[in-house]
Order: sequence, then C-alpha cells, then structure tokens
Amino acid sequence: MTADEKSASGKGGEKRSPGREAGKPDWSNGLRQLYDSVLDEELPDTFKDLLSKLDDKD
Amino acid sequence: MGAEKRTAAEKADFKRELTQVVPHLRAFARGLCGRADMADDLVQEALLKAWAAQDRFQPGTSMRAWTFVILRNAYLTDMRRNRFRGEYDETVAERVLTAPAGQEEPIHLSDMHRALLTLPPERREALLLVGAGGFSYEEAATICGCAVGTIKSRVGRARAALNTMLTEGSIPQHSLDDETAHRAILEELDEVASGNGVAARS
Repeated sequence: MTADEKSASGKGGEKRSPGREAGKPDWSNGLRQLYDSVLDEELPDTFKDLLSKLDDKD
Repeated sequence: MGAEKRTAAEKADFKRELTQVVPHLRAFARGLCGRADMADDLVQEALLKAWAAQDRFQPGTSMRAWTFVILRNAYLTDMRRNRFRGEYDETVAERVLTAPAGQEEPIHLSDMHRALLTLPPERREALLLVGAGGFSYEEAATICGCAVGTIKSRVGRARAALNTMLTEGSIPQHSLDDETAHRAILEELDEVASGNGVAARS
C-alpha cells in the first residue's frame, strides 16, 4: 500500500521561490521548498480511498 | 465539550478539515522519516488515529497542530520499534534548488534532505515545524510538549548544524546506519517522548 514512485517525482522544488528572509542563511528557503514540494504533489489514491472510507468506520 | 457525541454536521466539518491537512501531514512526515513510502504509511496511521479520536478535537482550534501531535507520536512509537532508520529517499536526489541571486552554487535539495536526516530527531522536528511548517515557537512547543525555550534552542542548534554541513559540504553519508549513532538516537527519542505528556497519546 505504498505510494508508488511517480507520486514522489512530483513537480520538483522549482515552483516556489519565497523571498529570502533577512538574516537567514541561503538554505533556509530550501527547507521550506522541501516541505512545499510535498504539498504540491498530487495526493496518492491511497489517501483518497482512505478518506472516503472513514465515514463507514463508525 | 470533550466526550459529547458529535453531530453529523460536526463530523462533516472535521472530515473536511482533516482532508485539508493531509498534504501538510505528508510533508511533515517526509521530513521526519525521509522516505516517501514510509512517510505515507505513517500519515495513514495518523489519519486513522485522528478519526478515531475526533471527539477530542476542539472545533475552532488548529487541525494542523492537532494532527501533527498524533503524527509525531506515531513516528516516535515506530522509531522505537526500529522501523525507521532515517533512510534517505533517492527519488528526491535529482531535485536542485534554484540558486539565490548572487550565489554561484545551488544547494541541492538532496543535500538538504540528507543533512536534515542526520540531525537528532528532536532538533529535526523542531526545525521542520518552525522553519518549514511555519509554526511559531509557541505552537511548536505545544506540539512537542516542551517549553518554548527548549524549542528555540533546538531550532538554533539544528540551524547551526545544517549551516556547517551545507556550507562546508561535510554531510555524513551513512551516519544513521551506524549502530552506535542509531542507539544514541533511540535514547534521545525516549527522552523526547517522556517529556511529552500532552495531547493525543492515542
């Protein structure tokens, strides 16, 4: 039930480049990009299935 | 309000909010455990636990913070069962960050991720919450069940360590495969988990 490779290949981190915050090292945006790149991925079907089944679980 | 049965409308609201935070849970989990497939397993586990514990959610409070506590506890439990060894996911290895203006060498996302995974878990999660998730120090402290000062210190140490690794290019390759390092991490985990009497130990 693992997400397959294509869900992980996503769109990459190139889409967002938030403005640099003063006083932070260059890589601090990278941390955000790492996080945002996952937000940008399409949700794997396993999650859609799981969410749709939740209502039956009561 | 805690134990009351929720109305159908409240359940629908809960589910809508839960659905909205799934991408955030995936992003947090990916940063915590490093591998996309394991991270997603962890998120599924957290979603089921959150659903089962929904009567304990206070409507109007942050669903993201509430579910992060559940995800974090699931991660700590699994870590102690030796499921995750901070393995690095090669599927992100090719991603390259855009170079900031005026800088010659772009930082590779893969380097960033690998460096992140070498941090002790409590520093890694603190940095993820504040530096990536955008939580305030106060919110991060609530999620981790520790003092605000502790979070600030963890974030500071994490940033300093990443800074050293990324600017000097001295990222350990296999530190987490090492038995001694792994044991040390598990000991620290026990410490982190024991300091956490807060919500959602479900």
